[in-house]
Amino acid sequence: MPSHDLSSPPAPGQSICRSCWLAAPGLLWMGLFFLAPLALVFAISFASRGTYGGIVWEFTAANYLDLWHPLYGKILGQSLWYASLTTAICFVLGFPLAYMIARSPARWQPVLLLLVMLPFWTNFLVRTYAWMIVLRQDGLLNGLLLALGIVDAPLELLYTPTAVVIGLVYGYLPFMVLPLYVAVERLDPLLVEAAWDLYASRWAIFTRVVVPLTMPGIVGGCVLVFIPSIGSFITPDLLGGARSMMIGNLIQHEYLVVRDWPLGSAVSFVLMAIVMAAVALYYRHAARTAGPTEKR
Amino acid sequence: MRRGSTGLTLVSGLAMLFLYGPILVLVLYSFNAAHLSMAWRGTTLKWYAALWHDEALLAATANSLFIAAISTIGATVLGGLMALGMERMPLRRQQLIEGGLVLPLIIPEVMLGVALMLLFVMLKMPLGLTTVILGHIVFNIPLVTIMIRTRLRKLDPALREAAADLGADSWQVFRHVTLPLLRPAIWGAVLVAFTVSLDDFLVTFFTAGPGATTLPLKVYSMIKSGVTPEINALSALLLLISMACVALSLHLQRREV
Amino acid sequence: MATSSTPPFTASEQSLSSTPPTIDIRGIVRRHGAVTAVDRVSCQVRRGEFFSILGPSGAGKTSVLRMLAGFEDPDEGDLLIDGQSMLGVPPNRRPVNLVFQSYALFPHLTVFENVAFGLKMRRVSAALIAEQVRQALTMVKLLGKEARMPAQLSGGEQQRVALARALVNKPAVVLLDEPLAALDQQLRQAMQVELKSIQEQAGLTCVCVTHHQEEAMMMSDRIAVMHQGRLWQVGSPREVYERPCNLFVSRFLGVSNELAGTIGPSVGEDRLFQPTQAEQHPFTVRTVSTEQAGRSATLSLRPEHIRMAQERPSTSDPLLYGRIEKVLFTGSETKYLVRVGRDRLWETRMTSNTSLSSFAAGDPVFLHWSLADARLFFE
Repeated sequence: MPSHDLSSPPAPGQSICRSCWLAAPGLLWMGLFFLAPLALVFAISFASRGTYGGIVWEFTAANYLDLWHPLYGKILGQSLWYASLTTAICFVLGFPLAYMIARSPARWQPVLLLLVMLPFWTNFLVRTYAWMIVLRQDGLLNGLLLALGIVDAPLELLYTPTAVVIGLVYGYLPFMVLPLYVAVERLDPLLVEAAWDLYASRWAIFTRVVVPLTMPGIVGGCVLVFIPSIGSFITPDLLGGARSMMIGNLIQHEYLVVRDWPLGSAVSFVLMAIVMAAVALYYRHAARTAGPTEKR
Repeated sequence: MRRGSTGLTLVSGLAMLFLYGPILVLVLYSFNAAHLSMAWRGTTLKWYAALWHDEALLAATANSLFIAAISTIGATVLGGLMALGMERMPLRRQQLIEGGLVLPLIIPEVMLGVALMLLFVMLKMPLGLTTVILGHIVFNIPLVTIMIRTRLRKLDPALREAAADLGADSWQVFRHVTLPLLRPAIWGAVLVAFTVSLDDFLVTFFTAGPGATTLPLKVYSMIKSGVTPEINALSALLLLISMACVALSLHLQRREV
Repeated sequence: MATSSTPPFTASEQSLSSTPPTIDIRGIVRRHGAVTAVDRVSCQVRRGEFFSILGPSGAGKTSVLRMLAGFEDPDEGDLLIDGQSMLGVPPNRRPVNLVFQSYALFPHLTVFENVAFGLKMRRVSAALIAEQVRQALTMVKLLGKEARMPAQLSGGEQQRVALARALVNKPAVVLLDEPLAALDQQLRQAMQVELKSIQEQAGLTCVCVTHHQEEAMMMSDRIAVMHQGRLWQVGSPREVYERPCNLFVSRFLGVSNELAGTIGPSVGEDRLFQPTQAEQHPFTVRTVSTEQAGRSATLSLRPEHIRMAQERPSTSDPLLYGRIEKVLFTGSETKYLVRVGRDRLWETRMTSNTSLSSFAAGDPVFLHWSLADARLFFE
């Protein structure tokens, strides 16, 4: 990749460039208010809790060991499950959408993309709240189902895992569509035709040509949906009940309700580890797919 | 592949309905005269009027705007300088910083919130408007830096070389060439930072003291404390504001091209 | 056999041949919105034939190819392959394979996997696939490169993979969409010869779409000339070149030296032709039609049919007077641009090594040709 030579003007000589110091205030800020707090959380996760909240600075791994407790394990497990399910549903919904946008007339594409992205730019709380109206016991969806005679009694929708997953899918669908759109847009339609000409059925075209060639977009979209889903707080807080708690709620609970900061910190770092694993997966895949095409 | 496009269109249509249905319902119900039930009792604007007389709400709005304004200015200055400063760094260092800047955007916001709260508590800083602003600048710096860097990279290096060749010193090159070319990107970044700050709930939730209630915090407590129709109106207004910001930002970015 | 210039043709014309046609196109029409891309096209392709559809870009030839492949369906008419109507049959159920102009090689698959793709889709056993891919790669001289990725191949090699990927399926017809357009000139010429020999060796039936007239003539058994959605003439390369059915075909297939004039009285079996340019004398032309005297027509001559002389030749050949305006040395040949009228420049050619080529710019020159070589077109 020689492109980076073009992106930055040639650095004059070997000396430290003067304009580089412009970055210092921002870096300092990020060090002070981002890295330092994270380090603090990390440190506290190995401390123990004082009798009345507070922190006792004694090194212990007890907080991490406590996480093996079935109660926390259940929350961790269902967080992973909700996030995975959300990712899968977003893919099933998002792929046709992305494909349709990428194959529509060029002047419509920005408009359609904007339509998909627009909800994302509106207030997340408000959007989640909108689903409360729809899913309430006397809400719109139940009204509709009753009126159509599909159900006899209103369904329990709000404050269920279903509601949480619906909310998550709703919140992060655009994250799936965008990278998929980019990948499908880059996919040469002639390759689809070539496969079709070579006796491939629709399904074979999808699995053997479209999916392998849009893999970077698929992985990107899945990671981009999974990361905010696994760390979400608002959605399970508003749409879920006490039984559909996720890691984010647990962290908030430990910090603000129980005031067990060390345990909350440990949970935070487990969450961060999961997120980082997803990111690592993404970069490993990106590196692998970039590999063979670059050497010639 | 025209033959199978009906299926695609159907799923896409459903996805669009899914994306916009709830929002439309919300806006619609903000005009519903019924007080408690979901049944339709005629059209009214009274919930919007009620918002106007809600003192606490107006105070929260003022807080939100103040926080968004200050944090946007702070983040734009710090982030903009960072983008400019990174330009001439060795490539390795640029990549390192860039990777680091993605971190605040991908780590769960809950975590950023509690981490900042811990820091402020440890530093014995009273939670309030100041701490909220400090926190908002943290997640806005990466946004601004990335947006301005993207634009900087697209600039033709020959333009600046030409200016230098014509006798401009480095400050003049910046003042008369780089800055005017960056202006649309800067305004775009300002709008994005402002919108994100205005909409932020989680970092604010953990770093705001009792005296620094913002609009999202107010909305949250209204939702939690039992639904009143007022909140529908407030939500509809917030939707409108966000969309206006997006429209403006897109308009600016279009001119950029 | 040259066909009439007004489509649609009658099907009976070609059904005289003993073997049934591999492809039978019957009056197909294809519209893109208000534009009629393909307008009542009919023709037949015989087994083992190399058939080219030649025309400028936008002539509708690619649409015909895409209808044969099954990516588009005709709005009217029918399309038969081996006697079976192909209407509504999707591409994956048609016994044809396409070599794409851009090759459309799957970038994520190796050469072997690319070639094996069609066989795999039809669930051919792995052993058989290995065997047949080997044969196909042998034919295109790519043995030993099975494990390469398409991006690691040169343009010419990619072209061969695309060809192997089609012919390994032993399709009834191999469709070629501007097969050599992406190659540079030298490689292109080498591939023309090679493609033709592979086609003959494997007994393939090929339909090739191209805008490159020389390529079409070199490789094809028959050529169909398309323009503005219509098929104007179908015939052997020699037929369409030497006896084009109209001025468009004449111009598209090579240099057409033209002169406008009117038909005069009969001279024995021939007619007198009066050039519109006042300074030229009338001369005889041969025409099959019994046109009325006074009808305007355009005379067309290929450069190689024109002979040049410094002195007035003592033949009864038709004769024109001109002045050499430019001498263009192109290597083996020398081209002369000769002004034969106020707005007419003719191109003539002469082998460079002949001692006669002592013409220089500005020289007056007599141009003459055999009566049979001139073509006459009526408006």
